[in-house]
Amino acid sequence: MAKARGKTPPKKKPKPPARRPKADGNLLLIATRKGAWLFRGDAARQQWRSDGPHFLGQIINHLVLDPRDGKTLLAAASTGHLGPTIFRSTDMGKSWQESPKPPAFKKQEGGRTVKHTFWLTPAHANEPNVWYAGTSPQGLFRSEDGGVTWREFSGLNDDPQYREWMGTEQDGTPDGPKLHSIIIDPRDPKHLYFAMSGGGVHETLDGGKHWKPLIEGMEVVGGFDPKTVTFHDPHCVRLCPSNPDRLYQQNHCGIYRLDRPAKVWQRIGKAMPARIGDVGFPMVVHPRDDETAWVLPMDGQTVWPRTSIDGEPAIYGTSNGGKSWKRQDQGLPKAQAWWTVKRQAFASDRGAPVGLYFGTTSGELWASRSEGKSWSCIARHLPEIYAVETAQI
Amino acid sequence: MAIKILIASPLRPYTGADEVEAAGDSLGALLDDLDARYPGIRFRMIDEQEHVRRHMRVFINGEPVKDLRHPVRAGDEVCIVQALSGG
Repeated sequence: MAKARGKTPPKKKPKPPARRPKADGNLLLIATRKGAWLFRGDAARQQWRSDGPHFLGQIINHLVLDPRDGKTLLAAASTGHLGPTIFRSTDMGKSWQESPKPPAFKKQEGGRTVKHTFWLTPAHANEPNVWYAGTSPQGLFRSEDGGVTWREFSGLNDDPQYREWMGTEQDGTPDGPKLHSIIIDPRDPKHLYFAMSGGGVHETLDGGKHWKPLIEGMEVVGGFDPKTVTFHDPHCVRLCPSNPDRLYQQNHCGIYRLDRPAKVWQRIGKAMPARIGDVGFPMVVHPRDDETAWVLPMDGQTVWPRTSIDGEPAIYGTSNGGKSWKRQDQGLPKAQAWWTVKRQAFASDRGAPVGLYFGTTSGELWASRSEGKSWSCIARHLPEIYAVETAQI
Repeated sequence: MAIKILIASPLRPYTGADEVEAAGDSLGALLDDLDARYPGIRFRMIDEQEHVRRHMRVFINGEPVKDLRHPVRAGDEVCIVQALSGG
């Protein structure tokens, strides 16, 4: 595949999203290893009402509400035995319809099979009904009918260079290699990013005709060559809604920031306390302030426990673009809490102050209505939480 | 030529029954017809490369079958089961 041409688009003010009825409630969309739940919150975000389980027993990797129409819910589902599919609801989960054509690779000699759809992203505000999906093993798919039918997007899935960079199934996460963090520039529907674990961060400026890696400055595990795209393992990449030229990233090897049109990631995780380090999975950005972001550090020593450091969970937030970080743990357990939080399981809302929400693999759902200053648990005893998303309804 | 098919429990939300009928002269044709009657069921047990999924099994007259070209005839017993796995 030829490399992308052209320059990063100049800064333009993001277009406002399509006008929708005024929202008066908050919604948390919780995807777990054993089903999905919706948590409906009041306007104050104090009371939360559980609605679920939906798809009890099915593995739900991602559950996303389309912010453009405020009603289309997509759930990426599979089970321990059955193949993957996409379920769709337009009545807030009262009823679900299965996609007649979920993401699948083309049939060919030596062809791959989608094990599960891992990531769902609604496309640009000016492309209603268009969605993107990332799969395990790594594949990029697009729907143009609101998630009903899906097809492979661009030539990426079969491109020999990209197939090499995707590596083998042994080069991904224990649950399979994944394509994730599909990001659409709010100024330009043809400007996309995605990330692969493993396989780096990539960008197109022409709607997927050409892609190029965006890995300069990112580090890899000691002893390996950072020029080799396969070795890069971005865990979570976020674009700042208030400044689409700024990206943040939580990587297997540190926390980074990239200010376009620059192409070299800066390791802002170096400013984290040495005892904590800058390993983790999810990262969240402030919806209105590109200097503010949050991470959930985890233990990356020796055999990679991937648990809260010393069993003392904490969020770390920056309000200066990563120059410094502040510990935020008020309300969280002070000891013996060995949490793991997956890359999709930490989210923010658009409230003022911003609400933050994360779910643990031990089935606890935590919330902060104060931009991380204090935390409270809003649900326990859920199955292993895979993803947390927010929406206003 | 209607053939009885026993349905594994994870697939019963599609059929609403543990035993249904479909027609075809090969396993692949039988599953095509099954999918026409119960849309979506085929892809959840047969992947896009036309392989029986890793944790699913098909038995015809008690014998495991993986080749979708395998012939089926009137009176055959077709059984779709889930492999012993999970957690």
